Amino acid sequence: MTTTSLITLSNITKEYSSLCALQAINMQLAQGEVLGLFGHNGAGKTTMMKLILGVISPTHGNIEVFGVKPDTKAASHMRNKIGYLPENVSFYEQLTGLEVLTYFAKLKGFSNTNSKKHAIALLEKVGVDHAMKRQVKTYSKGMRQRLGLAQAFIGQPKLLLLDEPTVGLDPIATAEFYQTVDQLKSQGTSVILCSHVLPGVEQHIDRAMIISSGQMLATGSLAELRQLAHLPTKISLQGLDDTLTQDPILIPYIDQKQNNILRVPEQDKMDILRHLLSLPNLQDINVEPANLEQVYQYFLKEKPVDTKSSYSAEAIK
Amino acid sequence: MRQILTVASKEFHDGLRNRWLISITIIFAILSIGLTYFGGVASGSIGIASLSTTVASLASLAVLLIPLIALLLSYDSFVGEQESGTLLLLLTYPLNTTQLLLGKFLGQGGIIALATILGFGSSALVLYFQLNDNEIIKVFSIFITSAVLLGLSFTAIAYLISLLVTEKSKAAGFALIIWFLFTLAFDLALLALLVGVEQGISQQGLTQLMMLSPADIFRLVNLSGLDSSDINGALAIAIKSSLSQVQLFAILTAWVVLPLTIANIIFKKKKL
Ligand SMILES: Nc1ncnc2c1ncn2[C@@H]1O[C@H](COP(=O)(O)OP(=O)(O)OP(=O)(O)O)[C@@H](O)[C@H]1O
Ligand SMILES: [Mg+2]
Repeated sequence: MTTTSLITLSNITKEYSSLCALQAINMQLAQGEVLGLFGHNGAGKTTMMKLILGVISPTHGNIEVFGVKPDTKAASHMRNKIGYLPENVSFYEQLTGLEVLTYFAKLKGFSNTNSKKHAIALLEKVGVDHAMKRQVKTYSKGMRQRLGLAQAFIGQPKLLLLDEPTVGLDPIATAEFYQTVDQLKSQGTSVILCSHVLPGVEQHIDRAMIISSGQMLATGSLAELRQLAHLPTKISLQGLDDTLTQDPILIPYIDQKQNNILRVPEQDKMDILRHLLSLPNLQDINVEPANLEQVYQYFLKEKPVDTKSSYSAEAIK
Repeated sequence: MRQILTVASKEFHDGLRNRWLISITIIFAILSIGLTYFGGVASGSIGIASLSTTVASLASLAVLLIPLIALLLSYDSFVGEQESGTLLLLLTYPLNTTQLLLGKFLGQGGIIALATILGFGSSALVLYFQLNDNEIIKVFSIFITSAVLLGLSFTAIAYLISLLVTEKSKAAGFALIIWFLFTLAFDLALLALLVGVEQGISQQGLTQLMMLSPADIFRLVNLSGLDSSDINGALAIAIKSSLSQVQLFAILTAWVVLPLTIANIIFKKKKL
């Protein structure tokens, strides 16, 4: 990891009256790093973003963003370098998309003429340029979300905080969004995003952080988390049938329900693969490492007390 | 400063787009031209003598209307943006709470001020061209200036409400209560005090009490220069021990600055 960390959270706790929204969180984010933030509803993801943005202050602990505390006066100049997509925002309904974006661009320091140009360019980028002269109240959900994204991209931020960026986006727009994230990352932008839609995210994040009820359960690259969780790799095979169930090396790994599937722990994977490839009647092989969803479920199940109690408490009320 | 102007220009354009400027201007113009003409007709003819009547009736209408309009225009200024989520977003921009507050005040205050100047100014001009009397210009400039300050004062009060509550509908309710308290209930209470207290309350004391309501200061400003035969009640008494116009204007201005300053402090501490 690089030494220049853009964000440093040390021992952050945030309490709302009686409720503890975040508890003793430590985190660092380097330049050009993409962090995925995952957790159940009410886990504290949005709270963490708000703390980094400095719109709320931590109860305990220390935050530094671009070397300053975000909730102090000194932070105002760093806000030019930050883009934020809030989770639920409805923009000025009576304004057109272009007017909304021009306004925000001006507030980010663009001159009158440049702000409009920049706004148009961004609207083209997110694909709502055809509707930019229409009032926001006529926009579909996905179009609003795209407008929100365009807003976050204003002024090529060095740090992007995206709260559920793909909600309401169609599959193509989602793919385009992740392409943009990759592109920004290559330009040195750091990104924190949180999402409940796990498939598709994993290729685009460097690191994942899983939180539950305000506590960090795990953090690391996906490979690291997989190892931590000891989740087996799934190997689907074709053409082996009987050989498989009789092979003493493979028997311990056979899936209980489907006997053409093996579940192999990470450390045995290569040995098993070599062995499988040496079998003459193997027709096809498909290797799937544990995906983000399985990793996520594993870590949330690790700590069933917290999540379950919060659910049941909710249900009783 | 740039940020303030950007916000102000957006708020001002919102005011134009929502037809606030044009409708307030038209209301004020119709009201004042109507009162100027028909007020005069009622007392025989339009003349200098009726100038005080005209301004007196204008003032007693404006004192109800201007606060109501200012509160209507601005009560959801912050709570509305809070509900839609843009307030949170704006505060992540290089824009502090003071800039946002002042920007909004400049924009929406600009709408109120411009509408007041255009609406009442038009009737002043009509009257002036008919009578060619310099007194008209003088009386109306005092009236319009104090009306603008009254509007700004209630804009600032509306911001206070908007920042204190977390729901738009509550803000609307509070705005209505504030309007009723300042424009109607306060005067009633003063009258009750006059009638009810045994030895009566001193004129000095009454005038001082009236400083607690921007609406009453506005009344004092516009009635103290005129014949007291047109005015009655608590006011007439107060007028006789009146403060100077400059003092009244200063206190009215304080009624703009003070709520705005408090609003700023509340905004800084507000949790989103
Ligand atoms: N202003 C507030 N006052 C009181 N409690 C709050 C406030 N904001 C958030 N909370 C509480 O803090 C906890 C964390 O909320 P947060 O919005 O960070 O969750 P989240 O992880 O973003 O959830 P979701 O996936 O549903 O968006 C929740 O229990 C929530 O009820
Ligand atoms: Mg959230």
